[in-house]
Amino acid sequence: MLTMTGTIEAGHKSHLTPLALNNQKAGGDTFEGTVGDFTHPNPRMTCRGVDVFYNNGATHAIKDVSLDIGEKEVLSMIGPSGCGKSTILRCLNRMNDTIDGCVVTGSVRLDEEDIYDRGVDVVPLRARVGMVFQKPNPFPKSIYENVAYGPRIHGLAANKTGLDEIVQNSLERAALWNEVKDRLGQPGTGLSGGQQQRLCIARAIAVSPEVILMDEPCSALDPIATAKVEELIDALRTQFTIAIVTHSMQQAARVSQRTAYFHLGHLVEVNDTDKVFTNPEHHLTEAYITGRFG
Amino acid sequence: MNNANRRVIDIVNASLAKRHAKERRFRRMGMVAVGLGLLFVLVLFADIFLKGAPAFQQTYIRLQINYDAAVIDPDGSSQPDTLAFADYQALARQSLLEIFPDVKERRAKRDLYKLISPGAGQELRKRVLENPNLIGTKEAVWVLADDDVDMLMKGKIDRNAVESKRRLDNKSLAWIDQLEQRGDIEKRFNSAFFTSGDSRQPEQAGIAGALMGSFFTLLLTLLFSFPIAVGSAIYLEEFAPKNKWTDLIEININNLAAVPSIIFGLLGLAVFINFFGVPRSTPLVGALVLTLMTLPTIIIASRSALKSVPPSIREAALGVGASPLQTRLHHVLPLALPGMLTGTIIGMAQALGETAPLLMIGMIAFIVDVPQGISDPATVLPVQIFLWADSPERAFVERTSAAIMVLIGFLIAMNTTAVLLRKRFERRW
Repeated sequence: MLTMTGTIEAGHKSHLTPLALNNQKAGGDTFEGTVGDFTHPNPRMTCRGVDVFYNNGATHAIKDVSLDIGEKEVLSMIGPSGCGKSTILRCLNRMNDTIDGCVVTGSVRLDEEDIYDRGVDVVPLRARVGMVFQKPNPFPKSIYENVAYGPRIHGLAANKTGLDEIVQNSLERAALWNEVKDRLGQPGTGLSGGQQQRLCIARAIAVSPEVILMDEPCSALDPIATAKVEELIDALRTQFTIAIVTHSMQQAARVSQRTAYFHLGHLVEVNDTDKVFTNPEHHLTEAYITGRFG
Repeated sequence: MNNANRRVIDIVNASLAKRHAKERRFRRMGMVAVGLGLLFVLVLFADIFLKGAPAFQQTYIRLQINYDAAVIDPDGSSQPDTLAFADYQALARQSLLEIFPDVKERRAKRDLYKLISPGAGQELRKRVLENPNLIGTKEAVWVLADDDVDMLMKGKIDRNAVESKRRLDNKSLAWIDQLEQRGDIEKRFNSAFFTSGDSRQPEQAGIAGALMGSFFTLLLTLLFSFPIAVGSAIYLEEFAPKNKWTDLIEININNLAAVPSIIFGLLGLAVFINFFGVPRSTPLVGALVLTLMTLPTIIIASRSALKSVPPSIREAALGVGASPLQTRLHHVLPLALPGMLTGTIIGMAQALGETAPLLMIGMIAFIVDVPQGISDPATVLPVQIFLWADSPERAFVERTSAAIMVLIGFLIAMNTTAVLLRKRFERRW
């Protein structure tokens, strides 16, 4: 159970760091600013002042969020339903472009280049920033084809042998190779839920991304499959930067190094995972993790 | 407490009998409705079948033909022109006279000659042209009987009726009975039905011309309509911006699907024939008109096939870095293709049975030759049925029904293919 140190009080302005004070919005919003340190010494992706609107401005889904995702770390994003975690995640690889009426302002940088710049081609961007979705969605093709499709369209393999190698490599790294090596020609949709999700992870890593975004990857899986995927995420951390949205705080605590807590479109607190779950700075964070709402 | 519960259960039980009775009545109504529908279909099919089945047999008369060189090749030169234009019907008539030598009077001879089809000579011409060595020899040949004889053999002429009201007088009946006794008259499979074109003589009339016409027309319709319809559907569904112009287009396409087909015929007449000068009554212009007619059907079916591809597949493809074109080409289109194919086949089946628009563009003409290409004058099967239905000869009644059977056979085959294709390509994801 959570142990609280006695210094936490409601509305503790005195705990705001100078950086958080800088985030305060002028007027209207009662939100004082992000608590904790949203920067990272060695960031892979940086968001500064990101606002997201749906329905051409009618709904304000993400409010002035600034966040760094560090090199080769796992950042988990938690928060109650509707707080905007998936929205901000989808901003990172411009998947929100596919939604009509969605407007994104602010800057999102991948290694210093703004991905929302006019001249940026989303196709190679999405090869560098891969995504795994909540419900496993393998292509209705064979297992081999599922993994090989990305490398093929990006021209990552010179010939069939090269492609075979990439497929095998990806499936091994996704901890799926042993289970499917004898049936690569069978449809991907014939696998179990957990295997399908690992196949989707293999598909994402086959194009050698730098960042992998995971949108509640285990919410449709049973506990054993979930455990396997969490092991996988831990193993992948050494090669990829991972941002994971999760509803399960236990999962966030197990899997990530930094945790960001969102609430109604605001980024409330960002800190080391241990600190967030044992000694959260903001009262909203504390209320969420102690289960007072969610 | 128990009393209250028991009372509720009692109330429920009391109403149960009525509810079950309602269910049974409803189910029975459904079965009666289905039964009625099936009954009507069966009656229709039975009527067509009974009327049309005799058409697949044709009466032939065996004649001993003497290929008299004096008639066929008088100057002995064996020129193809001479051979082609000789009077072969005379040879057949000669043979008839030999079978019934006591027919002397001119009028009686005319009646005798009426026993065989006016086209019997064509069969003899065909044989001689294929093998000129036949000249000067004798051979037994089965020639086409006249359609009245054919109707008699199929029992459609009442022997007991008053002679003046019959198509065949007593003399002719006696001759036919004689031929039967000699075994020189019999019914055989009517292959001419499938190999010859239309004709004024019902015994010579066949659907080959209409079949080829339908084939060419449908082939061209498919070639024109499939790419245009699929392309339109993909554009409207995937690329077009959602504004009032695209809404207008969608409304218009839906409306076009309900426009009476004869309007398309008028359009074809005014635009294709009069303005663009496309030759009248050809499969080409027929296909153009039918394309316009089937486009809405295929577009609507294709759009709904595209809409049914789940967005998760598109997101997965985009997430891996596929461009919008690659997403649509590699993922969306293959999944929507079965639905598009089904729509196309249904559209084609609709086009096969269309008559009204083709009447307007001239395919109602009496065309005897079997069309060899897309710009030869042609007719289509439904129009052929329409023309034969108008003819007074009794033999055309059975031919009309036989042609209807052929048409329905094709339609059933095409719709079955559509259903099978749909079942086979159904994917679960």
